[in-house]
Amino acid sequence: MGTAIPTPQPPGPGTDGPEDAARIDIVDLTKRYLTPKGETFTAIRDVSLSVEPGQFCAIVGPTGCGKSTTLAQVSGLEHPSGGYVTVGSQRVNGITPGVSYMFQADSLFPWKTVLGNVMMGPILLGTPKLQATVLARDWLRRVGLSGFEDRYPHQLSGGMRKRVSMAAALINRPRILLMDEPFGALDVQTKAIMQGELLQLWEELRPSVLFITHDLDEAVILSDRVVIMTSSPGTVKNIFDIDLPRPRGDVQAIRHEERFLELQGQIWESLKEEVTRAYAQTAGAA
Amino acid sequence: MSTANVNVNGYYVIPPDEVDPAVSARRAKSRRNLWIWVGRAAVFVVVFGGWQWFTAVGWVDKFFFGQPTGIVDSIVHLFTVGTAFGTIWENLWITVQEAFLGFLLGTVTGVIFGILLGSNRYLASVFSPYIKILNSVPRIVLGSIFFVAFGFGIFPKILLAAVLVFFVVFFNAFQGVREVDQNLIANVRVLGASPLQVARHVTIPSAMSWIIASLHTAFGFAIIGALVAEILGATRGIGLIISHAQGSFDPDTVFACMVIVAVFTLVAEYLITLLEHVLLKWRPPSRSDAQAI
Repeated sequence: MGTAIPTPQPPGPGTDGPEDAARIDIVDLTKRYLTPKGETFTAIRDVSLSVEPGQFCAIVGPTGCGKSTTLAQVSGLEHPSGGYVTVGSQRVNGITPGVSYMFQADSLFPWKTVLGNVMMGPILLGTPKLQATVLARDWLRRVGLSGFEDRYPHQLSGGMRKRVSMAAALINRPRILLMDEPFGALDVQTKAIMQGELLQLWEELRPSVLFITHDLDEAVILSDRVVIMTSSPGTVKNIFDIDLPRPRGDVQAIRHEERFLELQGQIWESLKEEVTRAYAQTAGAA
Repeated sequence: MSTANVNVNGYYVIPPDEVDPAVSARRAKSRRNLWIWVGRAAVFVVVFGGWQWFTAVGWVDKFFFGQPTGIVDSIVHLFTVGTAFGTIWENLWITVQEAFLGFLLGTVTGVIFGILLGSNRYLASVFSPYIKILNSVPRIVLGSIFFVAFGFGIFPKILLAAVLVFFVVFFNAFQGVREVDQNLIANVRVLGASPLQVARHVTIPSAMSWIIASLHTAFGFAIIGALVAEILGATRGIGLIISHAQGSFDPDTVFACMVIVAVFTLVAEYLITLLEHVLLKWRPPSRSDAQAI
């Protein structure tokens, strides 16, 4: 392969500058699944939302409202049943180039070392091995894991594994970062540290982020925009713009600011109704 | 714990007559190991001593069931004098070759088919009834067909061993591919991996622990295949010595051959375990490996 620089390929001719390449438009997105019993189940219905280039957008909603489904359509891993997604100005059809995904489960290769895991991104883009190694070492340094290159994932703590996932997701400098409850399984202290580190790296690279979470505080602390989804079938209920100043700095300190509490209260009002309704649905089904 | 054992800083002090817990734990462990070996020796003495005693007294006829001392004599005879078909080493070498090549052939085809059918649902659906039928056929009988078709040489033996090995490895490789973490596949696909790269970086390494686990059983099958094929018809090999000893009512030699093959199988088993450690060094040590004290 001739490409020496491990950045994602530009989305093709005729697109606008690098600014607009990171724009996400979700238009009337609907996804239905066929259940094993042969019934159709509508996971999301007519979801429409936009993420500006370089914006950090959180999606909050009750369990099973189709947040992950929405992300899968953006990444191109699944095909929508109705509506469409554009990234940059290109319609998503198949895997979208320049996207990274971070899951709740840390999705590291247990049979590869820490270095091997982080190297995967550039290697898959055809970067020569030597160059990929140098790059991966640099990213491990950035997430504070120098000296752990030769460890295997099972030898690391939960927080360290998250750092490896983060380095692996960002090493290709994605224009879009999809995060599906990435910190959901971490303890409170580790979570706060990881949020701070994520914000720092995001400030540096400025990808557009779609971030799914159940944690309202987390959504407000990190994002420029919080999208509330309704209970199943999921659709967009409300969108809140978070005008807390950037850079956010200490994530623990923000929690005590007046504006944070105000926004958090507003959003919770909107979300509470949906959560109650989703709970009633699952309680009724059980 | 009495208050007398607590010093001014509030720390517990080990009184002089009490032993350091680490030392006592080590002692308990070596005591346990000693008793395990005593138990093993006892089992050996009871089984072989009983056998020897029963046949010596005449309660069991050694003409039919052999005798431990007779088996030892027979082993010595096999190695010093040899057999009617050349030295024992020549014959063992033939059997080892057959088992090993059969094992190799069966493993390679089993892995290839397992991964192919495991990752392609269409192929899996097409072939699954045929594989089920083939698996329920008593494959050992194929030995007769291979004998008729390919004669006395080592090739039909390799083939029978390979057929027995194939199914063990195939089913494990197939299952291993099916058990791959879908998150990992999604992850590399988003990063732009081609189907071939998905197989190389995710599917095959992930299925590897299943495949390796099957190799232990598979090697036993390779030996069985080679021996049975030799009994059906051969000019050389341990199986031939066994069938010849059977014809001349010599159970001691049959048992002697069993011992020789068992030793060889244990060596092979050890080599497979080494391979397992090299290929699966990334796996966390299982709980049972850590000694609880």
